[in-house]
Amino acid sequence: MNGKTVVMGVIGADVHAIGIKILSHAFEGAGFKVVNLGVMVSQEEFIEAAIETAADAILVSSLYGHGELDCRGLREKCEEAGLRNIPLYVGGNLVVGKRNFEEVEKTFLEMGFNRAYPPGTTPERGIEDISKDLGLI
Amino acid sequence: MKTLAIDFGSTFTKVSAICMEKAEIIGTAKAFTTIETDIRDGLNNAMKELHGQIGRVDFAQKLAASSAGGGLKMVAVGLVPALTAKAASTAACSAGAKVVKTFAYELSTAEQQEIFDINPDLILLSGGTDGGNKEAILHNAKKLAEIDRDFSVIIAGNKSVAQDVLDDLVQGFKHAVICDNVMPEFNTLEIMSAKNAIRDLFMEKIIEAKGLTEAAKLMDAPIIPTPLAVFEGAQVLSESLGDILVVDVGGATTDVYSMCSGVPVMTNVSLKGLPEPFAKRTVEGDLGMRYSLDSLVEIATIERKAVFCGDNGETMAELDKFRALCAADPSFVPEPSSLFGKFDKALCGMAVNLAVERHSGKLETAYSPFGQIFYQTGKDLTDVKYVIGVGGAIIYSPDPAEILTNAVRDEYSPEILKPVKPKFLLDKKYIFAAMGLVSRVDKQLATKIFHNELKEL
Repeated sequence: MNGKTVVMGVIGADVHAIGIKILSHAFEGAGFKVVNLGVMVSQEEFIEAAIETAADAILVSSLYGHGELDCRGLREKCEEAGLRNIPLYVGGNLVVGKRNFEEVEKTFLEMGFNRAYPPGTTPERGIEDISKDLGLI
Repeated sequence: MKTLAIDFGSTFTKVSAICMEKAEIIGTAKAFTTIETDIRDGLNNAMKELHGQIGRVDFAQKLAASSAGGGLKMVAVGLVPALTAKAASTAACSAGAKVVKTFAYELSTAEQQEIFDINPDLILLSGGTDGGNKEAILHNAKKLAEIDRDFSVIIAGNKSVAQDVLDDLVQGFKHAVICDNVMPEFNTLEIMSAKNAIRDLFMEKIIEAKGLTEAAKLMDAPIIPTPLAVFEGAQVLSESLGDILVVDVGGATTDVYSMCSGVPVMTNVSLKGLPEPFAKRTVEGDLGMRYSLDSLVEIATIERKAVFCGDNGETMAELDKFRALCAADPSFVPEPSSLFGKFDKALCGMAVNLAVERHSGKLETAYSPFGQIFYQTGKDLTDVKYVIGVGGAIIYSPDPAEILTNAVRDEYSPEILKPVKPKFLLDKKYIFAAMGLVSRVDKQLATKIFHNELKEL
């Protein structure tokens, strides 16, 4: 265990259950304490879980193309709930249509996410980034 | 061999004489509870009446439960309302306490005052999963330590700071005990340890505070809170009957107990929120037939737009008269065929309806890009086999079955997961608390008596 807790889940009405399980196993394997909220998780549930478990980061997954709508306002709500500057990560098929990822990434960074990942990102890459951001390596 | 089961209630002290060999209740009696003078006076009065019925009997054992002096008054404190705060209030409620209020997040100065005004017997303090948030429970311990009231605190939060929380409370001269976290991991509910701590403190502290010390010496087992006795009675009954729901309509509150897993019966439903305990109790402080009649009438007429007996100006004026009568004399029992009797029955039905509705799980429909999906929060009671009616307003009604029909799922509100086709049973002699007490000594006997005494409608 590395002493860090991460809350993760699939946001909105998205029911893609496999990817989040893989991510959860990968992060546990890397020594994180994982609070996996599963699928169809609302913004409020992410925040409540993060407060109660004193999470070090929130990881949001979205695969059904509505990520932009579902994620809007999450940073503001975190600030309001007292989760000041908690690192927020997002990844998956975040938008519909043929937008290039740089554009998508920009949208999510402007929304207050610390990092955004395109489809096909390996868990290892996320683990490495988050470990760096949390001062583990 | 005969056993005596005593229930020191807030209004009445009730005694039941049990014949162990025949597994029967051979007599019941009640008298006003005398908490102001000596609680044993009321007990002696009830015993005189009992002896009048069945003659002089020597009891091999005496067992007692108590809700005298307002019962076990508790406040629950947690962090997030839907998580540890809810877990704490669920634990306190399951231990038979009257949870006056549940507080969440960091307590404010105004809330300190509120707790001072409530003047609770016990406080259940939770907050943070194990290894999770520490700040809130530490802050709240300091705030509670400052309140100038003589309550005990049960610490059931983040284990990492439990000792620090205890130290803070002890500095404020509070009696405090540490038990297991009510939510050790995110979204898991572990209430047994807190429940036991509450029961122990009740025996250790509250018995004395409520003037029950002398009465306790007469008993062959420790006095426990009445709702806990009812709870344990219901648990024993469910071991032989399967999934059950017990509805107890009282003068001040309506209590509902469910004994079932409550997991979704339908296949395409996903559960949301905190897991529910198999044995669950809820208390509705605004639904009562006498002391809380005003709030019951208001909810029934304004919120539910219920129509009572024609609902013209005249009957509404009569309803006001009925309320005034009940307020002046809480022991008032109207003639069932009179208009007041009809009000009583209709309002009792409404209390059952609302209390079971609040106890039941709810189904929500959501439309996703993948079509219609269902979420369930709370317990699915649709498969519950028996609904058992307890309490004066139900058992003395000429038509208890009609009142209990209110516990059944309404075809126009299928999203409320009430029992669909339950059988109705009636606890004619109010034996639930007594059976809870007996079950602590002899479980099989309690089961037998239940089967002999409960009447199917």
